[in-house]
Amino acid sequence: MNPVAQYFSDIFHAVGSLWKGLRVTGYYFVHPRQIVTQKYPENRKHLEMFDRFKGELILVHDENNQHRCNGCGICQINCPNGSIEIITDSVTNEDGKPERIIDKHIYHLSMCTFCGLCVKNCPSTALAFSQQFEHAVYDRSKLTKVLNQPGSSIRKEPKTPKVHAEPMSKSNPDN
Amino acid sequence: MQEAELQDILTSREDGEYIINIGPQHPSTHGVLRFVVSLKGEILEYLIPHCGYIHRGIEKMCERLTYQQIIHLTDRMDYLSAHMNNEVISLAVEKGMEIEVPERAKYIRTILAELQRLDSHQLWWSAFGMDLGGPTCFFYGLRDREKILDIFEESFGSRLLHSYICPGGLMNDIHPNFQTRTKEFMKYFRKKLPEYDDLLTGNVIFEQRTKGLGTLSKEEAISYGLTGPCGRGSGFSCDIRKHHPYSAYDKVEFKEILYDEGDTWARYKVRIDEMWESMNIIEQLIDNIPAGEHTARMKPVIKLPEGEYHQRVETARGELVAYIVSMGDKYPYRLHFRTPNFNNLFVINRLAAGYKIADLIAISGSLDLVIPDIDR
Amino acid sequence: MPFNIYDFSVTTKAVDEYFKAHMSPTWAFVMELLIVGLVFLIVYAIIGLYLVLAERKVCAIMQNRYGPNRVGKWGLVQTIADLIKLLMKELIPVRKSDKFLFNVAPYIVIIASFMAIAAIPFAKGLQGVDFNIGVFYMMAVSSIGVIGTLLAGWSSNSKYSLIGAMRSGAQVVSYELSVGLALLAVVIFSGSMQLSTIIESQANGWWIFKGHLPAIIAFVMFLIASTAEINRGPFDLAEAESELTAGFHTEYSGIKFAFFFLAEYMNMFIVASLAATVFLGGWMPLHIGSLESFNRIMDFVPPIFWFFGKTIFVIYLIMWFKWTFPRLRIDQLLTLEWKYLLPINLLNILLIAFLVLMGWYFK
Repeated sequence: MNPVAQYFSDIFHAVGSLWKGLRVTGYYFVHPRQIVTQKYPENRKHLEMFDRFKGELILVHDENNQHRCNGCGICQINCPNGSIEIITDSVTNEDGKPERIIDKHIYHLSMCTFCGLCVKNCPSTALAFSQQFEHAVYDRSKLTKVLNQPGSSIRKEPKTPKVHAEPMSKSNPDN
Repeated sequence: MQEAELQDILTSREDGEYIINIGPQHPSTHGVLRFVVSLKGEILEYLIPHCGYIHRGIEKMCERLTYQQIIHLTDRMDYLSAHMNNEVISLAVEKGMEIEVPERAKYIRTILAELQRLDSHQLWWSAFGMDLGGPTCFFYGLRDREKILDIFEESFGSRLLHSYICPGGLMNDIHPNFQTRTKEFMKYFRKKLPEYDDLLTGNVIFEQRTKGLGTLSKEEAISYGLTGPCGRGSGFSCDIRKHHPYSAYDKVEFKEILYDEGDTWARYKVRIDEMWESMNIIEQLIDNIPAGEHTARMKPVIKLPEGEYHQRVETARGELVAYIVSMGDKYPYRLHFRTPNFNNLFVINRLAAGYKIADLIAISGSLDLVIPDIDR
Repeated sequence: MPFNIYDFSVTTKAVDEYFKAHMSPTWAFVMELLIVGLVFLIVYAIIGLYLVLAERKVCAIMQNRYGPNRVGKWGLVQTIADLIKLLMKELIPVRKSDKFLFNVAPYIVIIASFMAIAAIPFAKGLQGVDFNIGVFYMMAVSSIGVIGTLLAGWSSNSKYSLIGAMRSGAQVVSYELSVGLALLAVVIFSGSMQLSTIIESQANGWWIFKGHLPAIIAFVMFLIASTAEINRGPFDLAEAESELTAGFHTEYSGIKFAFFFLAEYMNMFIVASLAATVFLGGWMPLHIGSLESFNRIMDFVPPIFWFFGKTIFVIYLIMWFKWTFPRLRIDQLLTLEWKYLLPINLLNILLIAFLVLMGWYFK
């Protein structure tokens, strides 16, 4: 093409490409319903996280304030960076033999990397992730939590053979 | 050696040349990376990158962790290719223990890797557009990325650092909604990706700022060890998914995207086309996930037999290699990662010398660097 | 002429008579000056503040989010809060800077934009000064702002500010040519440089319609060139945040930075109102030739609403450009001006002169 025609075709090509871009932003300007952000602190009441959301580690307590942790320490062994410390105690059970119970299940939220190995490997499925995500505190010692609530005791389950540990307890039709 | 070079420059610089520091904190370097730049007027003469600001000693830490515990650390190397990082260790261990992973797990691993590639390229596009001066691109890319993050959050509970693919298969089975959500996302994103082209790719201002900039020939790309979209933009065919297929990649049909020009524009186009290809791969696999177990039976304590094992995967940025030396113990004796960003970074002196500062931003954006991957 | 348009010169004459009746002529003059100055200051401040908010809201909706919406209903008090914050910031003086020039630079930009606002016709008779070289005056006065920019860069004693100021200076000086030539197009059509005459000549239709193709080309040229004049939109390399040199106003903080910021938005308003006056008819309602009934319906909306409506439309166009396109590099900027805008403008002027001579336009 001779230079003059090239010059004008360049200009038309340029203006056309710019117009295509303008159309995209112009479309979003006249469609304010496409706004995707949420007004966060005001919508706390309606906010629902997903079931499997990894918010914070908890020992699952039922309505009788009972949990299933027997202090075996497998979660402590599996944790890669020592976020869990188990302190056990010894009591005499009804057969007269000494039995190990959990005294304190200490969890360092400041060090946890939420890898999920403790939850997956717990043989009694005592641990789970809650959906609480607002962890900001002014005092760092508040991030060291004791997971077994005061006054709770272990709930004894009848001994059944376990095939797979399914801590998420969601029924999987494909499995 | 770098200090000696720096001293050379400082003592031998001519009049009118000055040294500035594009410091570790800068909105355009996408991480903590320091460039020491020698400028003459506005033209760059020499550029030395200093990495290491986010070195955490991952390889050393892995020497006293079991193989299941290493998974959560690999997430944090290139956090935008978290699934591929997890996959490389899992595949290496499975190769060593000669475990057969169930088909279901292989299909899901492939789908997750492609979703992760899509998500990584979306974030790259957003950041690239914003660096070049169009902040609107940032919001559009992130808005679409939120849908992928919702898919991940529903199945694994976390958006960025998953630790999901582990030796033997997967940690848990996927959520029942996974397939529906992914299919909906495919329909949605196929309509939105042409908008990216309208906004940035076809734009005459963008074309002028990237065409012909930072050209790298194929021989130079091979000699610098550039892999991934950067290498493929120069014509170097290096896609591990094609040459050494793993997981379910031998069961899908997809093209390897190659461009010959080797400039910033070609590297950009490679990534946009890879997004289309990833969508094709996912659509071929999503309806055909076989039923079955999601993980193979593994002993609680994994001990790799004595020897050396290595495995390569294709992350969103290039070729990641894991190399394990085992003494028969439950901990690896030595674990080394060859990360793609390390090689991609050090070509920047060759690319950016002779251009202006505004071009440096465009070039380093097109290389798509994630700094924690360089430093581990 | 439009029907039942209120002529503000009636009010101004009444006020003038009132003052002359009660004090000596000099004092009356001084009082009038004070009133005009006060009115302009308030208008300037309010428009400036709300333009900043409007930009943030417009860009937010284009990016699928809300924009400021917490401080006051719909974020209306947001800019006032920002202003109070800027007023309370510490004014950090720069070591070894030229103190006098450093302090004077923000004032020069504000003075330049103030002088330009004085000549804009808001409604019939509602104009600060009505020169017979109105268009020429606006061009001349907005060029004074460049001096402020260059002084700011020079006196900051920082090489990055100097690079930014020099780039900005080169850009503004080049694009002034295109702005002038685009305005010249309408001057040829209407035959006068006086702004009120230009508006009254649009009583039977706006120049962008009457002057068909060449006027549309001139309008587009004017928009592009004036966006570059005010250092905005895809031409804001001088103050780019994601690059190394943060621009000529890096070293300014507090109220001085607020002046630069405000002057940028007011320049946008001035350029938009100039486009609205010259191409889109200023305060003149939309008239179509001699369709009397249509024209009477259009006349019911007061002229000041027409003026602000058109200005807001042009401001929206300028904001739309900024938030869609990536930035141009300095050499691409200058190529655009010297190789594309200037030749097309010159050809356009030639074409318009020919059309006016042959009478081939809607009179």
